[in-house]
Amino acid sequence: MTRDEKLIYMANQIARNFAYLGESDAAAATADHLRNFWDPAMRRTILAQLAAGGEGLGPTAKAAVLALEAAA
Amino acid sequence: MTFGRETDLGVKAPAATEATVRLTIDGSAVDVPAGTSIMRAAALDGTAIPKLCATDSLAAFGSCRLCLVEIDGRSGFPASCTTPVSEGMVVRTQTPALARLRKGVMELYISDHPLDCLTCAANGDCELQDAAGQVGLREVRYGYGGANHLAAQRDDSNPYFSFDPAKCIVCSRCVRACDEVQGTFALTVEGRGFGSRIVASADEPFLESECVSCGACVQACPTATLQEKAVAEIGVPDRSIVTTCAYCGVGCAFRAEMRGETLVRMIPWKDGKANHGHSCVKGRFAWGYAQHGDRILEPMIRSRIDEPWRTVSWDAAIAHTVAEFRRIEAAHGRHALGAITSSRCTNEETFLVQKLVRQGFGVNNIDTCARVCHSPTGYGLKTTFGTSAGTQDFDSVMAADVIVVMGANPTDAHPVFASRMKQRLRQGARLIVIDPRRIDLVRSPHVEADFHLPVRPGANVPLLTAMAHVIVTEGLVDRTFVGERCEIDAFEDWAAFVAAPERSPESTETFTGVPAADLRAAARLYATAGAAAFYYGLGVTEHTQGSSAVMAIANLAMATGNIGRPGVGVNPLRGQNNVQGSCDMGSFPHELSGYRHIGDPAVRALFEADWGTALDPEPGLRIPDMLDSAVEGGFKALIVQGEDILQSDPNTRHVAAGLAAMECVVVHDLFLNETASYAHVFLPGSTFLEKDGTFINAERRIQRIRRAMSPKAGYADWEAVQLLARGFGLDWNYTHPSQIMDEIARLTPTFAGVSYERLDAAGSMQWPVNSEAPEGTPTMHVGAFARGKGRFVITDYIPTDEKTGPRFPLLLTTGRVLSQYNVGAQTRRTENALWHGEDLLEMHPHDAEERGLADGDLARLASRSGETTLKVRVTDRLAPGVVYTTFHHPATQANVVTSEFSDWATSCPEYKVTAVQVSPTNRRSAWQDDYQAHAKNQRRLETTSP
Repeated sequence: MTRDEKLIYMANQIARNFAYLGESDAAAATADHLRNFWDPAMRRTILAQLAAGGEGLGPTAKAAVLALEAAA
Repeated sequence: MTFGRETDLGVKAPAATEATVRLTIDGSAVDVPAGTSIMRAAALDGTAIPKLCATDSLAAFGSCRLCLVEIDGRSGFPASCTTPVSEGMVVRTQTPALARLRKGVMELYISDHPLDCLTCAANGDCELQDAAGQVGLREVRYGYGGANHLAAQRDDSNPYFSFDPAKCIVCSRCVRACDEVQGTFALTVEGRGFGSRIVASADEPFLESECVSCGACVQACPTATLQEKAVAEIGVPDRSIVTTCAYCGVGCAFRAEMRGETLVRMIPWKDGKANHGHSCVKGRFAWGYAQHGDRILEPMIRSRIDEPWRTVSWDAAIAHTVAEFRRIEAAHGRHALGAITSSRCTNEETFLVQKLVRQGFGVNNIDTCARVCHSPTGYGLKTTFGTSAGTQDFDSVMAADVIVVMGANPTDAHPVFASRMKQRLRQGARLIVIDPRRIDLVRSPHVEADFHLPVRPGANVPLLTAMAHVIVTEGLVDRTFVGERCEIDAFEDWAAFVAAPERSPESTETFTGVPAADLRAAARLYATAGAAAFYYGLGVTEHTQGSSAVMAIANLAMATGNIGRPGVGVNPLRGQNNVQGSCDMGSFPHELSGYRHIGDPAVRALFEADWGTALDPEPGLRIPDMLDSAVEGGFKALIVQGEDILQSDPNTRHVAAGLAAMECVVVHDLFLNETASYAHVFLPGSTFLEKDGTFINAERRIQRIRRAMSPKAGYADWEAVQLLARGFGLDWNYTHPSQIMDEIARLTPTFAGVSYERLDAAGSMQWPVNSEAPEGTPTMHVGAFARGKGRFVITDYIPTDEKTGPRFPLLLTTGRVLSQYNVGAQTRRTENALWHGEDLLEMHPHDAEERGLADGDLARLASRSGETTLKVRVTDRLAPGVVYTTFHHPATQANVVTSEFSDWATSCPEYKVTAVQVSPTNRRSAWQDDYQAHAKNQRRLETTSP
């Protein structure tokens, strides 16, 4: 996996583990997790991936990254 | 501290009681707890009754007949070790009749004992010699020419101690120590009467027997029959200093017994609250690495990793490091810099390294090797209970009625605690083992698990959820505890989740591999049989669902009310000596000490005021992120203290690529480890014997380590970090690690009451130590959780993406063995290599036969990440489809094979699940060949022309 692919994988993995919360809360929890544990450069990279179409990001992870973008 | 044996009260303390008894011993009134033996009561009063078969680590035995006393109103001469005190009893320990009897007994002993005291290794440290003096033995009327054992053959097979039966008095202290303290039952008395003799296993040499070399027998022996070889070689120690073992997370306290600056032996300290005077082969004997010739004692630098190393002064090494880091910062920015702290180093050193990164580099790119072991424990227990630590002290196990051991192998990895656990199991506690392997604890002498649930690697979460399903659907929840102590809405959501039919043992049996009936019965036992305690290890954490599994265990404990009192709890067994401490000290990139998020302005302000600098409010890079970033060209400079990430971290090729991409790697270690082959600066480290500091064990116990000898490389590690910091312009002026602890206490609420003075006075303390708990906290979450109400968390099962298939049909899981420790940098440089000289691949007979492999054959172990070659050990410890190996030897590099999948919450690698194929081979893998050549080349030292 390239670093970009890995970050997308990790975001989806986090989102899947919060899926029990329901779509909206899972996205918020995922965004919180990325804020609390990811270095800003990692967050910038995934934001850039989202800007480029977000290929590979699942719906919850995509919503989480959008939330990061909105808060940025 | 001057040298002297620890006080031996002769007999164990009785069970705790408030009732006291008053008696008179030699005219002196003595008050002791009811149940105390006369021998112990006399010893507590300062009277040493002569003895040979008694010692206070063992139950009274009453065989040597030396400790006889007279008691008013009683006939005969009862043995003081086996006779309990009673109210008003009047005892005399020295009378003419007793003196005659004791002298007669001693004459018999000495008539069959070699009279070589002057050349005996125990000369000056021999209880038999002392007893002869105590009883005034001046002659042996029987002579020495009769039948005797003086020609009995000596056994020198064990590398650390000798067994000389010619000196044996058959007191059976060694046998009882092996039984009662260690719980291995490897020794016995063979024969009877005059023919009695001590034998190991079925009369085998010690090395080939079941003996695990814990040293309990050697410690118990009152003569030189079982004797440390180091004492025979060096002589009896002349001073000792109490310190803490630097191996596993049990944290055994030892007396380092010295002659000058030479370590003679390590004797487990009876007052050690984690080990109570017991030890294992590593802490007791495997300290030779500290003096090994492989140690690098001078700093070295090189411009490129293909150049030979050049020895330089400390000043030059520091200046070179600072210049390189400054150059890299100017070119790539401060976020290209970072460091990794070590769970093998002290709290003070760890605190300084993270401070250097945050204060000096202005970033939070700091992580610790706990990332790859117990970071899910931190996340899971903080989320559910409110703090990142185990809930109990080790002594708590003695109050447990049910013990669950999951994903841990205590007899190998935490042997001293395992011995304590086995004592409780022999008293009747019930045992559930959840592990893919049939670990020794499943069935060993006088211990047998009620249930062994051989979970398929990767299926911990559905198994734990199925246990919860049984507890919820069968009405076994402790509703009172949950109602009073936990968030009730979260509980109801969780209960509904686990109660769903698809989460039942029957529905999940196909992928857990555990028969539903066994799982149901085990869950009922856990929930209903009294105080139930979970003990877990890396078999829980090192999965893509590691954090979920930890939370699932916490859920079970809360649902059954097994939190907040002795005998219960959730207990992570930490792998290395200071995993707990390195996490406590703010080694994670998102947290300052005491697990407070770097993004919290109030917390940051506290540190900023103390350190006089603004801190970056954003989390930094974790170890895997550093390596990924390095490969992509972003991360460029790394300090690695006391860790060998090339050997210990997953997917070795990726780690190597990350390190190779960095422009300055600084390794601060005892040896040129595997990571050092990619380093540009080597700073020589100091062993735990060469410095002051503290470690924190798995029960949150803060313990001192004390300098027993001078640092061989000139500086203790905390001093080396300070040199670096000063090089980077930081005005650090610590003159002793106690000042660093004072700073930790000042900045960390859970350590507010900790100081070296208090630790020295108390022996050790368990955090939190603060105004609410001035003497420390043996049991956490009493009355309320650290977060207030306990929080149930739904732990849905998200299977790993590491899948078996036609190419890789087997699942590999990894672990460690008793004699070796992690990457083996220390233990491989000791005689422990005799027991485990290479990593072996364990596989089930069916899997082996299918592949045409037999015991001892070379096999190619291949995964999607890489391949290695190692020998096969055929065993039915594992279920078919699962294979197992260790990661102790760089020649094998098992982590070439492991994948990069990691825990969803913490990025802890999934070492425990790798899809592999095994096939016969007759050669090493290409990686092994290439790496060996690379490592040899990277370790070259510059030679100067004559």
